[in-house]
Amino acid sequence: MSWSVHLPALMLAVPLFGAFSTPIVALGGRRARAIWSVLISSVLLVLSFCLLQYVATEGTAVYVMGGKAWNLTLPSGMAYPVRIILEVDSFNSFIAVIGCFASLAGVLFGLRFLDRFSGKVWYSALYFLLTAGMLGLILTGDLFNFFVFLEIASVSSFGLIAYWRDRPESIEASFKYMLVSQVAAMMVLLAIGFLYGRYNLLNMAAVGKVIQFGLAEKVALVFMITALAMKCGAFPMHMWMPDAYAEAPASVTVLLVVVSQASLVGLCRIVFSVFGSAIVGDVVPWALITLGMISMFFGVSMAVVQHEVKRLMGFHSVSQVGYMLMAFGVGLLAMGDPRQMADFGMTSMKGGIFHMVNYVTYKGLLFLVAGALYYVTGTRDLDKMGGLAKRMPFTTFMFVIAAAAISGIPPFNGFVSKLLIYESSFAVHPALSVVALVTSILTLASFVKVFQTAFLGPEKKEFSKVKEVPASMVLGMAVLTVVILGLSLFPTWVVSHLVEPAATALVDKGAYIGAVLGGGI
Amino acid sequence: MMANLPFVVVGLLFLMGLIAIIAENNLFKIAIGVGVMESAANMFLVVLGYRLKGDIPVKFLPGPVDVYVLPTPQALTLTAIVIALATSALMLSLIVMLYRHYGTLDVREIRRLRG
Repeated sequence: MSWSVHLPALMLAVPLFGAFSTPIVALGGRRARAIWSVLISSVLLVLSFCLLQYVATEGTAVYVMGGKAWNLTLPSGMAYPVRIILEVDSFNSFIAVIGCFASLAGVLFGLRFLDRFSGKVWYSALYFLLTAGMLGLILTGDLFNFFVFLEIASVSSFGLIAYWRDRPESIEASFKYMLVSQVAAMMVLLAIGFLYGRYNLLNMAAVGKVIQFGLAEKVALVFMITALAMKCGAFPMHMWMPDAYAEAPASVTVLLVVVSQASLVGLCRIVFSVFGSAIVGDVVPWALITLGMISMFFGVSMAVVQHEVKRLMGFHSVSQVGYMLMAFGVGLLAMGDPRQMADFGMTSMKGGIFHMVNYVTYKGLLFLVAGALYYVTGTRDLDKMGGLAKRMPFTTFMFVIAAAAISGIPPFNGFVSKLLIYESSFAVHPALSVVALVTSILTLASFVKVFQTAFLGPEKKEFSKVKEVPASMVLGMAVLTVVILGLSLFPTWVVSHLVEPAATALVDKGAYIGAVLGGGI
Repeated sequence: MMANLPFVVVGLLFLMGLIAIIAENNLFKIAIGVGVMESAANMFLVVLGYRLKGDIPVKFLPGPVDVYVLPTPQALTLTAIVIALATSALMLSLIVMLYRHYGTLDVREIRRLRG
């Protein structure tokens, strides 16, 4: 038995260890804490690559927490899988890798970014706790465990959003996020109760195997979709998102972006792996598509008029989440029909998953750039900035890459995923792709505005002594830039080797169930 | 009807909590609303695990027992209560900090962040 079978558990154990060990290591000084944080997140990144490799060669990894043997899914004498099970297939291992990249970028960026502030030890502890929560949400195969990790991620992000506790806005943003999160979490708990009450099961695969589409399940599905759409920032309950993203330190915002995607991963798991083809009728897919469309358009139209750079990007997050919801809705619409699935459903799923990954990379990078602008200018107001391109060549270069990618300009990665989404949504209804295209154009418009006001134009007198941000911050941004360039330069390879297996794994409910239960129950 | 009474209470409590969060203007009342919602969710789990005339799930006293109450929902509830404790503590501390900054608990006056 090789050590690699323990990878899923290590993915959670390493950041948790990091969270609780950093305050102790930090007693050794600033440098010790910095080295330790970078070490932990680098190890995590390597582990996530090992996990991706393991899943690609060995198939779905199933890990049983608290069992005598790691593979003891069905304890002898029992008919049901009762333990906490981590289930990792091509879909969540891929998202986990990108999450680890974002985590590393945030750690590197935060080293110097928060130099002038106190409370960095607790910041580091909460940062790794948030990483652990995020990875737990992505990797778990158990409904209640999902709720617990949702709360771990929430509680640590409340603390991190309120990091600048002398700013009333930070506290207010944190409180807003807390209210939305708590309502969402209680809805998730009620939904879990409904499913548990019906089937006496908490394991996602086991529930998926026996599920029917009765009233209790419908209620559970509505609660789950509502709650997780709130958590990932879809339209009617999006208002926490720009506030929280704008007020949190930039290094935290990167991780918050991944956490919102982790909620979306949970939503996909519930909709595709637990319910899947059990969903009868077109109501649920169309609900997702409508949510996506409204979020997309509303988010971007609010973003265009913003004057504060991080708020602008926060509203863009709402619109980007809309793309993914629409893509998954279209995928779900085609779920029951093999021909439709081959025609446009699979393309849509690929587009959704690829867009999720792209979104984490370029949105993370954009938030880091916004953090860099704040670091050198001390303001987030676009009207007060100007002529920074000459002073900050690296930041400008990386901003242009990220802005081009988010606007879907070829040959960047955003173009590939958006093209997949346009193509597949056109097959359902032309209006869908028209909205998506208009959103894309407005996105480009708003980033041209940022580029024009912050980086170009006449140099402002007060910024004449501004220099490029410190090396560690540039390195943090470079991590995500390299990922964007990698995804952009080899789109065919990425789509066929990473995105397609992920989409297949997500759609194939039978394989997900089979990995845990075999022929069981 | 009597068997369904706890579920009706759960639904009412959950709605009451939600209404308090949406309609109340005092931060503490909002926090209480969240607490009521949490209690409703926890009560729902406990009620789900109850078996008619069932005995406590972990029993040390002697005597024969025919039906046990399900232990899993109770374990889930305990976990949820602990998490709710953490979030309530954090929420109250944020309210205290908001009060220090703004000098009021009225949400209509604490609204610096707008669309």
